[in-house]
Parts: sequence; structure tokens; C-alpha cells
Amino acid sequence: MEIILAVITGVLYASGIYMILRRSMVKLILGIILLGNGVNLLIFLLGRITKGEPPIIDSAEKVLEGVYADPIPQALILTAIVISFGLQSFAIILVKRTYKVLKTDDLDQLNTTDEDS
Amino acid sequence: MTNDIIILPLVVHFFLSILLMFFWNKLNFQKIVSVVGNAVALGVAIWAFTFVYNNGTQIVESGDWPAPFGIVFVGDMLAVTLVLLTAIAGFAVSIFSTISVIKARLRFGYFSVFHFLLLGLNGAFLTGDIFNLYVWFEIIIISSFVLISIGGEKSQLEGAVKYFALNFFASMIFLTALGVLYGLVGTLNMADISLKIAEVKDTTLVEISAVLFLVGFGIKSAIFPLYFWLPASYHTPPSAVSAIFAGLLTKVGVYALIRIFTLIYGGDSFLTILLLTLAIMTIFSGGVGAIIQNNIKKVFMYFIICHIGFMIGGLALFTEVAMAGVIFYLIHDIIIKTNLFLISGLIYRIKGTTNMKKLGGLYANYPKLSLLMAIPLFSLIGIPPLSGFWPKISLILASFNAQEYWFFGALIFGSLITLIVIAKLWSEVFWKNQPEISFPEKFIYFNQLRFGQKFTFIFPIAFLTFVTLYIGFGAEHIQQLSQRIATELINNELYIDAVLKR
Repeated sequence: MEIILAVITGVLYASGIYMILRRSMVKLILGIILLGNGVNLLIFLLGRITKGEPPIIDSAEKVLEGVYADPIPQALILTAIVISFGLQSFAIILVKRTYKVLKTDDLDQLNTTDEDS
Repeated sequence: MTNDIIILPLVVHFFLSILLMFFWNKLNFQKIVSVVGNAVALGVAIWAFTFVYNNGTQIVESGDWPAPFGIVFVGDMLAVTLVLLTAIAGFAVSIFSTISVIKARLRFGYFSVFHFLLLGLNGAFLTGDIFNLYVWFEIIIISSFVLISIGGEKSQLEGAVKYFALNFFASMIFLTALGVLYGLVGTLNMADISLKIAEVKDTTLVEISAVLFLVGFGIKSAIFPLYFWLPASYHTPPSAVSAIFAGLLTKVGVYALIRIFTLIYGGDSFLTILLLTLAIMTIFSGGVGAIIQNNIKKVFMYFIICHIGFMIGGLALFTEVAMAGVIFYLIHDIIIKTNLFLISGLIYRIKGTTNMKKLGGLYANYPKLSLLMAIPLFSLIGIPPLSGFWPKISLILASFNAQEYWFFGALIFGSLITLIVIAKLWSEVFWKNQPEISFPEKFIYFNQLRFGQKFTFIFPIAFLTFVTLYIGFGAEHIQQLSQRIATELINNELYIDAVLKR
């Protein structure tokens, strides 16, 4: 299971960064979405995957003994998903506005900020 | 109860940003609430600062969960000093925004987002939990995306796309680093991480996470190979927005680097060499970039990059003298960079352009105003006894003691190049005769404004200049403060003991 997840994480990172490096703005958005998912999977994976051991303390005991699934990475991922959802929706609107103003999807055409004015 | 004072700056800005949303179309009311609110925030920040100064590090545990289980807010000297500086810069910029930002922009919730940005900054300085730091960073960048693109001009949108892409990427790298670190130590509290990282056997993974943090924060604070988004975006929004970005957004990256590299990865030799090399390259590339620019806003942007190098290099040396220099420079830099962009906004209002080729004769037209603008410019160079001079003594002394002559040379080079560029800027903008160019007709120039409006333009600049003069002439106080912070940072047991209540 870990190996499959590790491979998927790697593929998501690689394809995300590849898409960001492309010149099209739509691919930029796809890239950040893929990269965001890759990061979430990485955190999930690094929190150690434990099957069928919920972190619930028995009524007879005071502390948790033995192996148990760590709930913190899931909380972190939930937060990260919400944040990256907000950012991605902002990015889509931003790219749409930029496309309307500039009439181009090519990032290489975005060079008025470097002109001497 | 009394130690809850350190989270009051957060509460004030959170309350203000929500309150302002309810008065979306009442712009005059928004302006008054924002300025008054920032004055209140400044008062609260001074209160929190003096409280921590007298009583030592304060901890607030959210939900009463003790560290390392709950999220803690830690008000140590460094954090509250930066909160105070944020309040000073925020107060000045909010006054400047009321007059310099046009109505079409203010109508889209400018002030509300502005307070969210200040909320994020204060949160990032005060939090003691590394994932919480990530969340505050996200609040900062979401607010800054809105501020940079509000208005929707062509250059702004282009700048916003570049700014967005690289800052989002930086956040993802930061999150990756965080994931790796959590996998290694299994805790998110920074004080707890600092203790547990020493027990990790796999030092390669520790270094990988350190380098990932360096890349993530490096993009945000614009250090050498990662700064290219900054000159492409910071000059596009209105000057008031550029001012708060220049003063605080890159510095929050520097703050995070200082916090992470003193608390968690302190004294690693590989990282020292890496940071030092990057610092030297940052100073060189920022300085050389500043020479060839003709737009004063772009010149100031390259100075941001150049002077980030001073702080990163001082951090790499990791001695008490160097850290005191870094903290002093950080205090000086936040005030001065905010002021520089406010000045560029004022020059734009006077002449209708920020291009040095088209500017000139400012000293002949406005001699008193030019003298006011001269003080921050000369402080930036570091002419004694103004504020830029004192931290450079500490940094140069520390680099000499550590026998890091390359960094020593870079410091001298950075200062010299600042002097050359400011001298060029001074002669081009202030002393040269006004060249014959056609001025835009439909533009409200500074001399057409009423007295009250002129005053609103000049007051924030005068206020920040006064603070700069205090930093310069009251250098003894600031130096004592910096040394106290440096001691706290080098001996990180103080921070850890305070957080974990050992």
C-alpha cells in the first residue's frame, strides 16, 4: 500500500511541476491542482498508514497503548484541502480575467511588467 | 488572563476585517474605521510589547490544551517586536490608502482585505505551531493576491499571475517540508520539534526538510535564485499596497527563516555555507539589478532583494553579534521599505510618473518635502547616525570575527551600490531640471489638492520618518533590544522552556 501511494505521490508531483513549467495558463492551474493533491497524499503517507486501529482509548485504560492510526495528518490534509480549494478557485478567476484583458493564454506574452515605464 | 494580551492584535484585526465587510459601500466610514482601528491596533501592540518586555515570554494555549498537544501562541521578544512594527507600518499605510488609492479600488473591499493581511502577519509572528504558521502564511498570500489584483489593470493582472504561481508553489514546498518533518518527529509544536529533531538518526532526511523549508521561505522572502517574481509584480499595484508588501511580506519570510533556522536547524555546517552563499549572491544580484532600473519603484524593489541578503547572511553566521545585527536590520528595514514605497507614491502624485527619465526638479518645487524624503533615503544607505548605519556595524564586525571575508566584501559592496544608486536617484529626481515632457491632462496633481488631502499624503511619510529617526538616534535602545532578542534566539532553551513549561 505504501509503495503504491509513494509512486502516486511521485507521479502527482512530477506531473504537477511539469504542468506548471508549461507556457499555458490553463496548464498552470492544472499543475497547481495536481501538486496540491500530491502534497496532501505525501502528508497522509508520512503520517504512517495503520489499518483498523482507531485512536480510541478503552474505558478501562488511561493512555493509548500499542499501534494506532495517527489522526493529525488527516486534520492537516483537511485544512490543506480547504485552503488549496480557495486558492485554486481564485486562480481560475484570475486566469479568466487575465485572458479577457490580454487575449492570450501564453505565459511568454506576459511581459509588460518588465518593460521600462 | 493577563498573558492573553499577546493575541489581542489578532482579535482587533479580525474584528475590523469582518466589521468592514458589513459596510461594503460606505467608503468614508470604512476609511475612518480602518484608520481608527489601526490606531487601536498600534496601541494594543505597544501594550503587548511593553508587557512582554517587562514580564518575559508569554504563552497563550488555545482551548487550554497544553503544549505540545494544542496550538500555542508564543509572544517572545522577537514576535512582539515584529507585531509592533507591523502595527506601525499598518497605521501609516492605512492613512496613506485613504487618499492615494482610488475609489474604484476601495469599493471592492480593499480595507477589509487589508486588515485580513495584517491579521495574517500578526498571526504568523505569534504562532508557536508550525502547521499554524502555514495557515497564517496562506491567509497572508490569499489577502495579498486580492490586494495585488484589485483594480484589474493589465500590468496588475500579469503581475498577479506571476505572483500567484510562485507563491502557491512556495506554499506547496513549505507543506512538503512540513510533511517530511512531521514524518520524522511526529509533532507540530516548534519547541517540541526542536527537542525531538536531535534524536532523529536519519540526518539526511532532516537536511532535506531543512532545504525544502529554505526553498519555500526563500521564494517568499525573495533570496537569490528565487526572487524573480518580485520585480515582476511588486510595482504593479498602487503604492500603498506595494508599501505594505515591501515592508512586511518579504520580511515575514525572513522571520520564518530566522525562527526555523535558530530553533530547529541551528548550527548545521552545511546549511551555514548554503545560506551564506545565497546571501552573498542575493546582495550582488539585487544591487546590480538596482543600478540599471529607471523606474524608482523598480529601484526600490531591487533594494528589497539586496537587503534581504544582509539579513540572511547574518543569520548564517549564527553568532550573537550577527543575530543582533540581523534583528536591528529587520527593524530598520520594515520601517524604511514601507516608507520608500509611500514616497514613490507621493512622487507619482506630484509628477504623474515614477520614471526617472521623466522626473526632475522636485527640490526646486518642493524643498521642504524633498528634505523630508531625503531622511529615509539617507537612512537606507546607512549614513551615520541614521538608522541603516548601526546594524551594519554589527554585521561587519560579526563577519570579520567569523573570517567570512566574502560576506564582508558583499556587505561593503551592497552598501556602496546602495549609495551609488541613491545618489543617482537623488540627482535625477530632485536636482535635475524638469525635462520637457507632456504631462497627462486628466490627472489630479498634488498641488491641486486641498490642504487636508496634502496633509494626509505627507503625515504617514513624516510619521515613518520620525520612527526611522528614533531608530537612528535612539540606537542604544534598539541595540539593547536586538541583543536581548539575539540572546533569546541563540539560547533557544529559553523559548522551549517557556512553551513546554519545563
